[in-house]
Amino acid sequence: MHEMSICESIISVIEEQAAAQSYTKVRTVRLEIGPLAGIELEALEFCFDVAAKGGVAENAKLEVIEVPVTARCIPCAQPIDVKERFDPCPKCGSFEVQITGGDALRIKELEVD
Amino acid sequence: MCMVCGCGEGEVKIEGGQGHTHDHTHDHHHHDHGENSHHYGKGPAHAHAPGLSQARMVQIETDILSKNNSYAAANRAEFARNNVLALNLVSSPGSGKTTLLTRTIEEIKDRINLAVIEGDQQTANDAERIRATGVSAIQVNTGKGCHLDGHMVGHALEHLKIKEGVLFIENVGNLVCPAGFDLGEAHKVVILSVTEGEDKPIKYPDMFHVADIMVLTKTDLLPYLDFDVEKCMDYARRVNPKIKILQVSAKSGEGMEDWVAWIEASQQVNKIGQGG
Repeated sequence: MHEMSICESIISVIEEQAAAQSYTKVRTVRLEIGPLAGIELEALEFCFDVAAKGGVAENAKLEVIEVPVTARCIPCAQPIDVKERFDPCPKCGSFEVQITGGDALRIKELEVD
Repeated sequence: MCMVCGCGEGEVKIEGGQGHTHDHTHDHHHHDHGENSHHYGKGPAHAHAPGLSQARMVQIETDILSKNNSYAAANRAEFARNNVLALNLVSSPGSGKTTLLTRTIEEIKDRINLAVIEGDQQTANDAERIRATGVSAIQVNTGKGCHLDGHMVGHALEHLKIKEGVLFIENVGNLVCPAGFDLGEAHKVVILSVTEGEDKPIKYPDMFHVADIMVLTKTDLLPYLDFDVEKCMDYARRVNPKIKILQVSAKSGEGMEDWVAWIEASQQVNKIGQGG
């Protein structure tokens, strides 16, 4: 259930930026979340509505840009396709796989008034 | 959330240190935490005129965990200043973390300075178990929270005066959430008891991926169980090829030597890294 604290972090960044970027209302929050970030999107959306209540992001729409998983096989020394952390290299079967992307958890941009 | 330091809404309780046994509810803070203490509408454009505003895009490009990471970095700097090796112990509930910890403390407290931060949702039972060994411990109750974060640990550190030693941070029993929250530790230590399934490393890959070492506990029970140690180690290495694995029974003492040796070696390496 740490989606709630993730949402609190998102809201706190948005509130902190409100004065600096002079906005009073957030319409859309665009996040980059990779499949390996350990985030359940449905839970995130549910928590976001609760966390946003009473603030500049109340009723804001949450949009998630899914980032693909990218990885390299160390023995083959080349990029490979994997879906999970424990997937072996499809070419040589090694588990010495370095995940190079797909664990992003970032606030990309906001649509604001 | 408190806008001054990012505290949650008063759910978190950090127990007073120095032998206090009563609960403090956040009285170490010098700013107010109201139920709704957000201060909105103080920006320059507070007077919002309907129809006149135009939606625009603001690039934020901020890591969502950046706030936690900055608290963790401050903790790490504090550990470096005091030559402290901080170990973040993570596991599911009931893996034997506290039992392993009390046994470990008994074995090394005469030669290494030790302190403990205990994270649980409720009760100070674990901190009391640690204090019974004579080592100072601070209990952090996370309330509804499922993990310790860098900020809670930072506040707990205010009560613990440790120098030139080892700080054990016993995280909330949970194999999911603590994986994502850096506390400033040198290593995450994942503890798995042999009474659990051997496939836990692939069921909860994130945690085993971020840990530097896996300690298999309760190995004295292996004769009575179907737990396949080799298979478990194989699963752990699939998720994390570099993970170090130890087998320990805090009850019989088997494997404790290796675990203690790892702690002492890590402390030496850490000291060199911290320039101590």
